[in-house]
Amino acid sequence: MTLKLIPTQMAWRAAQDIADGAYVNLGIGFPELVAKFQPPGREAIFHTENGILGFGQAPAPGHEDWDLINAGKKAVTLKPGTAFFHHADSFAMVRGGLLDVAILGAYEVAETGDLANWSTGPKGVPAVGGAMDLVHGAKRVAVMTDHVTKDGKPKLLERCTLPLTGVGCVTRVYSSLAVIDIIAGRFVLREKLPFLTYDALQAMTGAILHLDGPVADLAVPEL
Amino acid sequence: MDKTLPDLATAVAGIRDGMTVMIGGFGGSGAPIELIHALIDRFIATGHPTGLTLVNNNAGNGHVGLAALIEAGMVAKLICSFPRSADPVVFTERYLAGQIELELVPQGTLAERIRAGGAGIPAFFTPTSYGTDLAIGKPVEVFDGRPYVQERWLKADCALVKAHLGDRLGNLTYRMAARNFGPLMCMAAATTIVQVSRIVAPGGIDPEAVITPGIFVQGLVEVANPAQEEALNRANARYPEVAA
Repeated sequence: MTLKLIPTQMAWRAAQDIADGAYVNLGIGFPELVAKFQPPGREAIFHTENGILGFGQAPAPGHEDWDLINAGKKAVTLKPGTAFFHHADSFAMVRGGLLDVAILGAYEVAETGDLANWSTGPKGVPAVGGAMDLVHGAKRVAVMTDHVTKDGKPKLLERCTLPLTGVGCVTRVYSSLAVIDIIAGRFVLREKLPFLTYDALQAMTGAILHLDGPVADLAVPEL
Repeated sequence: MDKTLPDLATAVAGIRDGMTVMIGGFGGSGAPIELIHALIDRFIATGHPTGLTLVNNNAGNGHVGLAALIEAGMVAKLICSFPRSADPVVFTERYLAGQIELELVPQGTLAERIRAGGAGIPAFFTPTSYGTDLAIGKPVEVFDGRPYVQERWLKADCALVKAHLGDRLGNLTYRMAARNFGPLMCMAAATTIVQVSRIVAPGGIDPEAVITPGIFVQGLVEVANPAQEEALNRANARYPEVAA
């Protein structure tokens, strides 16, 4: 029985929603895993803020070229059709509305679609990167995150408590327990792990999970 | 016209106390390690330059390059988008101790502020950061029904950039994703100094392939086989090297 999805499984689930031909930006960390799980027959073009469109998978260890990295500073590879460009062009692609999907990590997501993912408050070192640009530029902004924090507190809330990355920008959450849409200021539950009752999931969520039609099983292969 | 410089020490000789210096690179890719280390050498020998304001996407990694510049105590302020890295201990300790000022700028806004600085555009409006703490104190205007935040250009006294090929006129190519902020910073600095892997004769770069036209470059120095920050960090390198 799957108690919660591991990051590769969340990435697999997020990848199922990426259409053939989509331009996609993946946030630093776990969202980078989405690139591994493109469904057969579909070709997405991945964009990285540091100036590459259409890069390939990670190279074998020992074959890294450190001039060829993604936004997470991890080595990637060339493939036919790769393009390089400078940072102003890179963010013209972002703000210009040319990316179909951005999948980002989150500290908190609110039912309003607000996202907090750059600052844990005055005691840490804040780091925003390209997230604030992506949330206003991509046509669809999704979040991939554990459903609760390491100490069990909800990450899906009525309102964010941490500094915002963007206002009203997130439309879908791929959590370790469920797939949830954000529609008109409400969380709408679409899929949940089969063993998990609605009440148990609601108890781990900091805002009301609305129902709008049947809730499907969140079915993900072992990875 | 010949913009080539004889050595790294000459290349960094014009950087004075308190200057704003843009340093190219995204993480290690495009980081002009040899120019940065030459600047540290000058500081160790003369006590200058110090009190620098640096502009870079990041805040250094490990104990080489940008991190070593901060570790040497030469940096008063950093303007960057993402001051975290695999080993950010140098910046983190100084920042949390209040010894270095941080101006955090969204990455696309940082790029566009630099581009605007180079292009003679003193301010522009962007949707980025609207409604967040990073927009506090900045004018907001609504265009076609959507709110935008005003941002100001960013210029520098000097830029230190790494490119691939260069000619004596200053025309440049870059290698793969090492291009990142390089072309923008070359435009935005009063004096742009570039390290290139190879200096070629004029005509040695196909005009169709020139990424930075030479007008944006004031000096260039050849550094064959430049160090990669990531490779140095994997070897636990420090600069300057500590005697065993």
